[in-house]
Amino acid sequence: MPKDGGIGASSKRREDIRFLTGEGNYTDDINLNGQAYVFFLRSDIAHGVLNSVDTSAAEAMPGVVKIFTGADFEAVGSIPCGWQVTDKHGEVMQEPRHPVLAHGKVRHVGEPIAAVVAESLSEAHDAAEAIVVDITDLPAVIDMKEAVKEGAPKLHDDLTSNLCYDWGFVEENKGAVDKAFEEAAHVTTLELVNNRLVANPMEPRVAVGDYARGTGDHTLYTTSQNPHVIRLLMGAFVLGIPEHKLRVVAPDVGGGFGTKIFHYQEEAFCTFAAKACNRPVKWTSSRSEAFMSDAHGRDHVTKIQMALDKDNNFTALRTDTYANMGAYLSTFAPSVPTWLHGTLMAGNYKTPLIYVNVKAVFTNTVPVDAYRGAGRPEATYQLERLVDKCAHELGVDPIALRRQNFITEFPYATPVAVEYDTGDYVATMDKLEEISDIAGFAARRKESEAKGKLRGFGVNCYIEACGIAPSNLVGQLGARAGLYESATVRVNATGGLVVMTGSHSHGQGHETAFPQVIAEMIGIPEDMIEIVHGDTANTPMGMGTYGSRSLAVGGSAMVRATEKIIAKAKKIASHLLEASEGDIELKDGAFSVAGTDKSVAWGDVTLAAYVPHNYPLEDIEPGLEETAFYDPSNFTYPSGAYACEVELDPETGQVTIERFSAADDFGNIVNPMIVTGQVHGGLAQGIGQALMENCTYDSDGQLLSASYMDYAMPRASDVPFYTVDHSCQTPCTHNPLGVKGCGEAGAIGSPPAVVNAVLDAMRSGGKDVGHIDMPVTPARVWAAMNS
Amino acid sequence: MYDFDVEKPTSIADAVKALGREEAQPLSGGQTLIPTLKARLAMPSVLVSLKGIAEMRGVCLDDDGRVCIGGGTVHATVAKEVATHYPALAGLAARIGDPAVRNRGTIGGSVANNDPSACYPSAVLASGATVVTNAREIAADDFFQGMFATALDEGEIVTEVKFPVPEKAHYEKFIQPASRFPLVAVFVAKFADGVRVAVTGASEDGVFRWTEAETALSANFSAEAVSGLSVDGSSMISDLHGSGDYRAHLVGVMTKRAVAALA
Ligand SMILES: Cc1cc2nc3c(=O)[nH]c(=O)nc-3n(C[C@H](O)[C@H](O)[C@H](O)COP(=O)(O)OP(=O)(O)OC[C@H]3O[C@@H](n4cnc5c(N)ncnc54)[C@H](O)[C@@H]3O)c2cc1C
Repeated sequence: MPKDGGIGASSKRREDIRFLTGEGNYTDDINLNGQAYVFFLRSDIAHGVLNSVDTSAAEAMPGVVKIFTGADFEAVGSIPCGWQVTDKHGEVMQEPRHPVLAHGKVRHVGEPIAAVVAESLSEAHDAAEAIVVDITDLPAVIDMKEAVKEGAPKLHDDLTSNLCYDWGFVEENKGAVDKAFEEAAHVTTLELVNNRLVANPMEPRVAVGDYARGTGDHTLYTTSQNPHVIRLLMGAFVLGIPEHKLRVVAPDVGGGFGTKIFHYQEEAFCTFAAKACNRPVKWTSSRSEAFMSDAHGRDHVTKIQMALDKDNNFTALRTDTYANMGAYLSTFAPSVPTWLHGTLMAGNYKTPLIYVNVKAVFTNTVPVDAYRGAGRPEATYQLERLVDKCAHELGVDPIALRRQNFITEFPYATPVAVEYDTGDYVATMDKLEEISDIAGFAARRKESEAKGKLRGFGVNCYIEACGIAPSNLVGQLGARAGLYESATVRVNATGGLVVMTGSHSHGQGHETAFPQVIAEMIGIPEDMIEIVHGDTANTPMGMGTYGSRSLAVGGSAMVRATEKIIAKAKKIASHLLEASEGDIELKDGAFSVAGTDKSVAWGDVTLAAYVPHNYPLEDIEPGLEETAFYDPSNFTYPSGAYACEVELDPETGQVTIERFSAADDFGNIVNPMIVTGQVHGGLAQGIGQALMENCTYDSDGQLLSASYMDYAMPRASDVPFYTVDHSCQTPCTHNPLGVKGCGEAGAIGSPPAVVNAVLDAMRSGGKDVGHIDMPVTPARVWAAMNS
Repeated sequence: MYDFDVEKPTSIADAVKALGREEAQPLSGGQTLIPTLKARLAMPSVLVSLKGIAEMRGVCLDDDGRVCIGGGTVHATVAKEVATHYPALAGLAARIGDPAVRNRGTIGGSVANNDPSACYPSAVLASGATVVTNAREIAADDFFQGMFATALDEGEIVTEVKFPVPEKAHYEKFIQPASRFPLVAVFVAKFADGVRVAVTGASEDGVFRWTEAETALSANFSAEAVSGLSVDGSSMISDLHGSGDYRAHLVGVMTKRAVAALA
């Protein structure tokens, strides 16, 4: 029997009522008295010297309030990077200055050069067209391998080259890894591209800056996944505003997928300009601007090799990756190809020796940063494509090869610095074989062939490290932030609760799932609990939502705060019941004295806390409000096995996904319906990457896929009805809920299964091409089939 | 977008008059023009909306049995009202864009725009239809003159398109995955006196008749008749979504499939 409330119940998402009826309050819904609008004049040249920006004609245009150029921001800080990577020689990465508005040079198409603040958006736009910009074109570098060649055009004059860092991990293992390759019975080599993506959340970015001259208070309303982080980065590093004078509000946010983690120039601009103009300043990104100013995702070029012994055991793995940083370092960009990627290269396998090399490269493109999965999809894709290739080269079953090399004992310390606490990769693979009906595949292939189609079956496993992350660990790895989470639980006099969380919901359903946990702990209905997030003025300092961390880290903080609440409430109850505190039990929303029928209701206790007439004032303070900060002791390690079945039309190259099965281990589950929804969304994005999405630049740095006319987003009709199972559960051992996180799994685990299936289909048609790069478009499949 | 005036005539005559103003441009469904204006890629001083002209809307049969569609008729209406008279044409209209596009976009706008990837031009050309304007009647073969180019004069509006109904016809569309416009689509129409084959999405010169296939199919209306034929990939569009050779290949496949669907 499914539960109808508390942990494990599929409670309906309460936030959907406002989202689906147009009652949401998004940043663009915020309009302040006297608000002016900003239009950014963006570079249409990828690389050039900015000789001059003449705003004189534009300033005389109707409605113009003020025009800003790079010169106005000389005294202002650089857009900061939140993670410093140390390279294989022990040197810190090269970190260029990242101005709010371009100064001296432009380095990618879309970089803001000037900003016009005007009475209306169209007046701002009109005036921007009257700005005369003089740029001397420089040759652009787009290809990463070209960019690091001797003599390549250099993006940043103050850096020695376009190489941000050359990272080796684990550097001490390199010799042993190379030796294992020399001794290997078989070596499989694979070169592949992890295609650049644009996140495209439904809601484009928006920023509204406000300044109160009377008090000197700044407010920024912004589409952010982590308002506290934005407040710290922008306040401390860019504009020099202390936190107590800066409030950042991220109200309802319509999807983020990582791209709304980062601190962007437009946020700093609107905050700065609101003071300079002494009126609110609003920016709403158009979709076209989003394509050339939201941080992009992925964009790795990799060579990966596996060494195997004569019994097909994996003995060593090594990789060489070029990771595109774009023109500047976005907030967490350096961490993605390193610590979020290299540490995952063991995957689900007990490969004893691993060496990962990553060269991060500056190019004349939009900055690249975390996108759903961030580093882990890149790791999974390489590894799971490679394992499949190993199996085909050796003529063994790809599932059997995986099973043979699975890690089976936990905790397991990988050779790439992390320790998996729990998992059961055999169980998820068994479950996958069952739900994907692998036994019926041969018959389905026959049916397809009767229609002149090819059919392929592909699997992959995945492991991810989420619940990001232990602060002391990430600090050692270069993070310039802690990664704890916070919660304040405020109990009202009549028993209702408000939870102020430092995490942030932008589609995940926290407002529904978090109350389920507290309802379970206290034994009261979920609707007595309200979640507040997104406003630095009324939530404790928290690090926000990404990396599948909110329940594992933010939920744990909430549990800790609620435990403090319960402990205090028990003291109050013991006073009211005239019993000793140790005898008080809390069940179903009532405190009782063990072994008696004496009890007092939750609401009576909470009322006593705020109307302390009969109250142990000598022992405890009135009121019932507690805060907890939770810093995890390890990452969590969700894992799973995915299977994709495709049909391929050999005449056109069209691939359709006929079946997709996902067997995940997310540890304990609070709301199965929300988890299923998260997996569905992740799968759609993974399938989008595998089959359709491709952010493409030409060699001059012009963005070719600059709108939905050319950037293919998956639609409902492009994905099948998924078979999703999360009954395999090995609870996390180190957080109070035993939860692992589910937000990114679908996007991490699906691309290799799709590509493996396509290659399987092609092989069944007599064509073994070894590899095909994503996105596996009809044109690419056709070209490969006819190569 | 830039500022502009709007005129809303209720007759063709008034529309033509309004279009005589400096820098005037007709506006139908706006499914192409409005995004163009928003991107500031066009700067008309006055938009003449054709939406209020009742005489330009609707579907009827003329004395020669031709399906006559008013230039202001939206795709959704064609999909519904032409279904019995000319199912291939209705099917084409039913798969343009999404419901919002089909309820705003018009046949007149589509034909006048002559996007090299638009659907309607292939049906107009393969059917040997006649494009009627406020001033004259233009045969399909003379109307389409390359990418975004037509025989229309400045200020001339498409008021109606008259489609002779073939014995059988089929539209085979292979979509470009992002825009869902045709990457390549082929309209095959079989008349008593021969077969016409029009191809859209593929060529640098916009919609075209594949005469070689027409000859082969007129002699032998079967998929095999076209299987050895090919168009030249070097004159086909080559872009992010496919090379010229891929498009040339698809022209053959789509034609074969269209014929097979009619066999
Ligand atoms: C999301 C989306 C998907 C689409 N998918 C497809 C598709 O799959 N296949 C396809 O074929 N099309 C597709 N379209 C285009 C759609 O069919 C448009 O409706 C059509 O191209 C233009 O028709 P309109 O009535 O909107 O014309 P408008 O946008 O109003 O005008 C287009 C041009 O024609 C001129 N014009 C308009 N009416 C006339 C007239 N009667 N006489 C002379 N000139 C005129 C205008 O001045 C303008 O230059 C899509 C559009 C969108 C937005």
